[in-house]
Amino acid sequence: MERTPLIEISNLSFRYPDGQQALVDVSLTVYEGERVALVGPNGAGKSTLILHLNGIFASQDGHVRVAGLPVAGEHVKQVRALVGLVFQDPDDQLFSPTVFDDVAYGPLYMGLPEDEVRRRVERALAAVGMQGYGDRVPHRLSAGEKKRIALATVLAMEPSVLVLDEPTAGLDPRGRRMLIRLLDSMPQTMIVSTHDLLMVRDLFPRMVILDRGRVVADGPSADLLRDRALLEAHGLELP
Amino acid sequence: MSGTAVGSSLAAMGRIAGGVGPTGGPQPMHIPDGFLSVPVSLVFWIVAIVVIGYALRRVSRELDERRVPLLAVLAAVIFAGQMLNFSVTGGTSGHLLGATLAAVLLGPWAAMVVMTAVVSIQALVFQDGGILVLGANLFNMAIVGVLVGYGVYQLVSRALGNRRWAVPVSGFVAAWLSIVVAALACALELALSGTSPANIAVPAMGGIHALIGIGEGLITAGALVFVLAARPDLVAPTAKATAGQKALWIGGAALAVVLAVLSPLASAHPDGLEWVAEQQGFLEAARDPLYSIIPDYVFPGISNEALATIVAGVVGTLVVAAVAYLVAQGVRRRATQQ
Amino acid sequence: MADVLDPYRPRASLIHRADPRVKVVVAVMSILITAALPLGAWPSYVLLLAAVLALSVAAQLGVGFTLKRGLIAVPFALAALPLVFSTPGDALASLRIGPLVLDASLAGVERFASVLAKSYISVQFAILLTATTRFTDMLAAMRALRVPRLLVVIFSLMWRYLFLFAHEAKTLRIARDSRSADVGPKSGGAVAWRARVTGGMVGNLFVRGYERSERVYQAMLARGYDGDIRTFPLKPLASSEYAALAGAVAILALLGLLGILFG
Ligand SMILES: Nc1ncnc2c1ncn2[C@@H]1O[C@H](COP(=O)(O)OP(=O)(O)OP(=O)(O)O)[C@@H](O)[C@H]1O
Ligand SMILES: [Mg+2]
Repeated sequence: MERTPLIEISNLSFRYPDGQQALVDVSLTVYEGERVALVGPNGAGKSTLILHLNGIFASQDGHVRVAGLPVAGEHVKQVRALVGLVFQDPDDQLFSPTVFDDVAYGPLYMGLPEDEVRRRVERALAAVGMQGYGDRVPHRLSAGEKKRIALATVLAMEPSVLVLDEPTAGLDPRGRRMLIRLLDSMPQTMIVSTHDLLMVRDLFPRMVILDRGRVVADGPSADLLRDRALLEAHGLELP
Repeated sequence: MSGTAVGSSLAAMGRIAGGVGPTGGPQPMHIPDGFLSVPVSLVFWIVAIVVIGYALRRVSRELDERRVPLLAVLAAVIFAGQMLNFSVTGGTSGHLLGATLAAVLLGPWAAMVVMTAVVSIQALVFQDGGILVLGANLFNMAIVGVLVGYGVYQLVSRALGNRRWAVPVSGFVAAWLSIVVAALACALELALSGTSPANIAVPAMGGIHALIGIGEGLITAGALVFVLAARPDLVAPTAKATAGQKALWIGGAALAVVLAVLSPLASAHPDGLEWVAEQQGFLEAARDPLYSIIPDYVFPGISNEALATIVAGVVGTLVVAAVAYLVAQGVRRRATQQ
Repeated sequence: MADVLDPYRPRASLIHRADPRVKVVVAVMSILITAALPLGAWPSYVLLLAAVLALSVAAQLGVGFTLKRGLIAVPFALAALPLVFSTPGDALASLRIGPLVLDASLAGVERFASVLAKSYISVQFAILLTATTRFTDMLAAMRALRVPRLLVVIFSLMWRYLFLFAHEAKTLRIARDSRSADVGPKSGGAVAWRARVTGGMVGNLFVRGYERSERVYQAMLARGYDGDIRTFPLKPLASSEYAALAGAVAILALLGLLGILFG
């Protein structure tokens, strides 16, 4: 089967302005339709890597390409329509006064006409099971509801790739199960950073382990999750 | 006659100062609708629109779009910070206005925008301050409060140099003075509207806020120390200053002095101020038949006195500003020589 | 806390459904007319108060709602209290406090009462507006009424994070108070120390706000933010809404005129 690379990262390094080296020579290719889990201890560089995928951070060293487009300069806007980024803290993601405004935000910036924006908001809210929440205000939603609406805000942009930073963090068991079921129903290529190895086992055939900014393992989750020594060496553990 | 009421109204204003808005925040200086005459309200609206319009233009021209969420979130922070209080004694408590803190951490124009957002939302949503008088409240808290806080902070911290306690001490002095001067502006507006005689409003507002300002100063100093320890990059170094910035902090300090000089003068000649108010048609009472039959309400020849008051205030301001500047320069030169 | 903060009171009334632009303009006009009324224009004050009450009943808020909330401006009234004694006029009563003798004049009492009444009426119009209009609708009205776009965007983001930081401030306060045992007259330390602790909490909020704003900015960028601000514009006003607006303005103007002529 011919596989189309959707995201190509080559020799990417990144250093924060305060001198913290967060990524070291990271290379990674994700193909269309794949589901990849990024795991690793706190501070491994997962969030930093994710912020490179739609140009929030410009690559200092190395390259990032999405659907063949370099994530730089004039292409950044196109890339942002292709890659839907869901942030770790939904309070960062949901910055509008109402749920409707928030979900409509991305489509509005894509320059879509008003009725198309409204249709997309409807569809995105329905996809995450939150129909009728348009008038609600974000600060009165539960953590699980916020997470799902955060997902809707990027679904409304109809991206080819979904990138989620710790989608199950902070959810209760039922909220977590609901979110996992929701993610499983999504047809898009998916990259997820997580500490939830059970979710990785159930949902993500491929797993990349990051530690201190480097890729230390990349392969089928089933194999890597069985390698106790490897997991332990990088502060991970399958419950 | 009017002078005898000073004592009682001081006590009264103490209670205003303790007044707490629906958000749990303070409202010592938020003038409600009805307390300023229409012409006074409109004049301050015009001043506020011009100055804040300029600040908005500066902010959107000079700073990247990153600043929009920054200014908005920090406005929310200041609003929330105003809810934090500490008990002083007997049920009274100290709290924060935040103009100086914003001015020190963000610079004057961005701080003006932040305080505009805070004061406007308080008025529009929480009735903490009126709508017609919003221009005057913006003038006091977002313009005077910020400019005085910024100017005084720059002057004092320059004079103190690199000493360890320069930041909290400058922050305290600047915050205290910005509160007192904003309160004086508030008192003058009330007097100009004929709502409160100047010889009572000025000492009462000034006196009460000289106390409230201590809380503001301590909180501001504490906040600056915290930020300096946690994120030193956020407390802008005072080293280099462009000519424009210099003009600005001298202007801010001068504004403090103008109001500080003008208000006691005005309160020494309260009838002068009321005469001005009346002549301008500011005093609605003038149109009221009840008052027009009272002959001693108009003082002949007072115009020169009122004029003299204002001229003296401006001259005095310039002199004091010049002296302050020279002293600061001298202190700094000596510090660098050592 | 969130519910305490948001003054909007959802009801299914006509006033809630009215266009926010109309409501904002009418509320501001009402406050302007109230302020422009001369002192002692009692018939006009009563008419305006009746109008507020009628509107709050129509908005299904009940008669007491604005009346009670309107009291928030009262403490400030003390600033006008000296008018009672400083206004020249027939002495009404003398107050003797030690060596001080204060002469209250009838004219002074009327001036003071007028300031109070005008303030009380104005604040009720403002309360009525915020209780019947969602904040997002207020924002839309502000945009339509040409408030600078940058300022409206800041209002909108500020509103969203107001609740978050109000909550964080409350959490900080509880954390402090739960460790502030009151064991005697000396407990809690000096006032200056308490003030500095509070200052530290404010500084803490500030740093959190700074860092939060960076992440919010990233989240905005990720969905296409480019410094420009895009929203749906409001639909143009219908002719019936124009008529309602014109009617309200005419009534207010008439009230104002009455007050000025016969006040
Ligand atoms: N804004 C920043 N400034 C400086 N250093 C940062 C910043 N953000 C993250 N870092 C540092 O970069 C490194 C990688 O952080 P990153 O947030 O990418 O880790 P992570 O794998 O997402 O961790 P977690 O599982 O805790 O979310 C860490 O050492 C962190 O301290
Ligand atoms: Mg992370």
